[in-house]
Amino acid sequence: MKVLVPIKRVVDYNVKVRVKADNSGVELANVKMAMNPFCEIAVEEAVRLKEKGVVTEIVAVTIGSKAAQEQLRTAMALGADRSILIETEEDAQPLAIAKALKAIVEKEQPQLVILGKQAIDGDNSQTGQMLAALTGMGQGTFASEVVVDGDKVKVTREVDGGFQTVELKLPAVITTDLRLNEPRYASLPNIMKAKKKPLDTVSAADLGVDFAPRTKTLKVEAPAARSAGIKVASVEELVSKLKNEAKVI
Amino acid sequence: MSTTLDYFNDTHQMLRDSVRRFVERDILPHIDDWEEAGSFPRELYKKAAEAGISGIGYPEQYGGSGEDVFMKIVASEELMRSTSGGLVASLGSVDIGLPPVVKWGSEELKARVVPQVLSGDKIACLAITEPGGGSDVANLRTRAVKDGDHYIVNGSKTFITSGVRADYYTVAVRTGEPGFGGVSLLLIEKGMPGFTVGRTLKKTGWWASDTAELFFEDCRVPATNLIGPENGGFFCIMTNFQAERLMLCVMANMTSQIALEECLRYVKEREAFGRRLAQFQVTRHKLAEMATQLEASREFTYRVAAKMAAGQNCIKEVSMAKNFATTVSDRVTYDAVQIFGGSGFMRGTVVERLYRDNRILAIGGGTYEIMNEVIAKQMGL
Ligand SMILES: Cc1cc2nc3c(=O)[nH]c(=O)nc-3n(C[C@H](O)[C@H](O)[C@H](O)COP(=O)(O)OP(=O)(O)OC[C@H]3O[C@@H](n4cnc5c(N)ncnc54)[C@H](O)[C@@H]3O)c2cc1C
Ligand SMILES: Cc1cc2nc3c(=O)[nH]c(=O)nc-3n(C[C@H](O)[C@H](O)[C@H](O)COP(=O)(O)OP(=O)(O)OC[C@H]3O[C@@H](n4cnc5c(N)ncnc54)[C@H](O)[C@@H]3O)c2cc1C
Repeated sequence: MKVLVPIKRVVDYNVKVRVKADNSGVELANVKMAMNPFCEIAVEEAVRLKEKGVVTEIVAVTIGSKAAQEQLRTAMALGADRSILIETEEDAQPLAIAKALKAIVEKEQPQLVILGKQAIDGDNSQTGQMLAALTGMGQGTFASEVVVDGDKVKVTREVDGGFQTVELKLPAVITTDLRLNEPRYASLPNIMKAKKKPLDTVSAADLGVDFAPRTKTLKVEAPAARSAGIKVASVEELVSKLKNEAKVI
Repeated sequence: MSTTLDYFNDTHQMLRDSVRRFVERDILPHIDDWEEAGSFPRELYKKAAEAGISGIGYPEQYGGSGEDVFMKIVASEELMRSTSGGLVASLGSVDIGLPPVVKWGSEELKARVVPQVLSGDKIACLAITEPGGGSDVANLRTRAVKDGDHYIVNGSKTFITSGVRADYYTVAVRTGEPGFGGVSLLLIEKGMPGFTVGRTLKKTGWWASDTAELFFEDCRVPATNLIGPENGGFFCIMTNFQAERLMLCVMANMTSQIALEECLRYVKEREAFGRRLAQFQVTRHKLAEMATQLEASREFTYRVAAKMAAGQNCIKEVSMAKNFATTVSDRVTYDAVQIFGGSGFMRGTVVERLYRDNRILAIGGGTYEIMNEVIAKQMGL
């Protein structure tokens, strides 16, 4: 069984992002980039399924500039067998990405698509759902456990107040939540092996997908700095302040 | 990273990212606790092995990932980002204890010992220094006398990194005449009769590392545990020192690097007299000098490493690089604490730990003075 793992290049989660002076976005020049953490979890899940003998081939795919090859190499160092770069200089939005992925799904015919529930840059949480809708596949989002059983997959989902388990018929789309697994590290031998794995490039234009943005960013602002708190002497004072000053009760 | 392009390719970069993730996820969240506790979980050796870090620099047939000096440097540099020299020294005891076994041990010894250490199941260390002296290696006193197919070892060692927790000890012993021509290396194993380990020594720095005294009383060691030729140990020890000294250069440079980064962050936040520290010219110039010294030291270290990678004899150069790097890190850590003011003296501040951990770097692996002796000798003096 083949698994497709779409991944995204984003600002490394340890970087303190800064808003550009003109408020058009965040500063990306000379900023460390990395694979989106939820995508790492997706790759890890695919690799574990392969180690269990459920999966035979893992194909990583990304939509982005040439630089995103770095993240595909990382995915292959973590265990993906080959990868595809859908090259575009456009800042692709979820719908365009889902459409491009649909084209790849049609070509590759994977039984499972495992991808992050969201990317830490836009926090959209849309791509997986849109891909499922466009392809007509079932979807198990926010997965904290994945069990493949014959032509079905059981996905335990993290929902408000607990867990929900859904059963999907393959092929299906799964989006990963934080607690699905703990991704491994790329070891030196695997980094070396990844260099020899195939990395194909497809031009986004060739897929016939309209990458024109559907939404426009008006303004990006840094969150307001938190002002220092105060100490209250008694519960009475606290209640009084919540009532009269904060006016929340 | 632009300054280091000549030495590091994109594979080095991927390894760097991977080791950095390991440090961010598996070490940094706990490091303050481990430092205060004076120890870190033994399990970390296993985790480092699973992450593929421990095998770097060792032959593939024993579970390693091949020799590449700059891969080793990358791993060491990123591990130093744990901000704990002690943790790096503890993990690093393997890299001074194991290479003699790999290079000069018998096939049986290698096959039995090396894979277990590289898999993180066992810990290796190196024991040269004795209570009577560490600099004068040629005159060490721990004696090993042949008795049939065993050696009987008597004597003691001290200041041994990983001395408490190790399983395998690469020990320098006297098997022959006085002087360097009578020294051998013997692999002594935890649990061998007559071998005991003293308490964990308390230190200025390197708190997360277990440093210990070792005692041998009629300790029986199979003769097959001999590493290299009998009475040929001095050469092995001196060869082994080259790699250790290079790693000490890397540790010193990274100590300076992290101290500098901490300062650069702090001076942009901290204010005095209504201005940020970064706006005082004395502070700016101090930082400029720290950065300049570090840059020169790092480039020197990389150059020596490149020569070593090319198989050149660098006994003189690596000794110079170590003295240069530790002189720079002495100065940089001193200045970093100064820039932090009172906070720089407080536990929990990174520069405070760097300042303490730095002190050993000009002592271990050959003191500053011994390095100068080596350099002078190489100059024909
Ligand atoms: C935290 C820590 C970890 C260590 N880990 C290990 C380890 O894992 N394995 C190990 O074997 N050792 C280890 N050591 C020991 C270390 O290698 C020695 O401390 C070091 O080699 C110096 O030896 P010494 O302490 O006996 O000092 P000494 O040899 O007594 O030297 C004292 C002083 O005299 C100077 N001196 C000596 N000879 C000369 C000379 N000819 N000319 C001028 N000056 C001279 C020295 O430079 C020094 O300043 C460790 C030490 C520490 C503190
Ligand atoms: C163990 C300990 C005990 C202490 N005990 C006491 C005590 O009993 N009572 C008490 O009141 N305080 C005490 N202190 C505080 C001590 O006096 C201060 O730490 C010291 O005055 C420096 O102030 P600071 O830490 O706020 O550093 P900062 O004032 O923040 O200075 C940080 C750095 O900026 C430099 N700097 C500041 N201004 C300038 C300038 N204009 N030009 C150039 N450089 C500048 C400083 O020299 C320093 O290097 C103690 C501190 C310690 C660590």
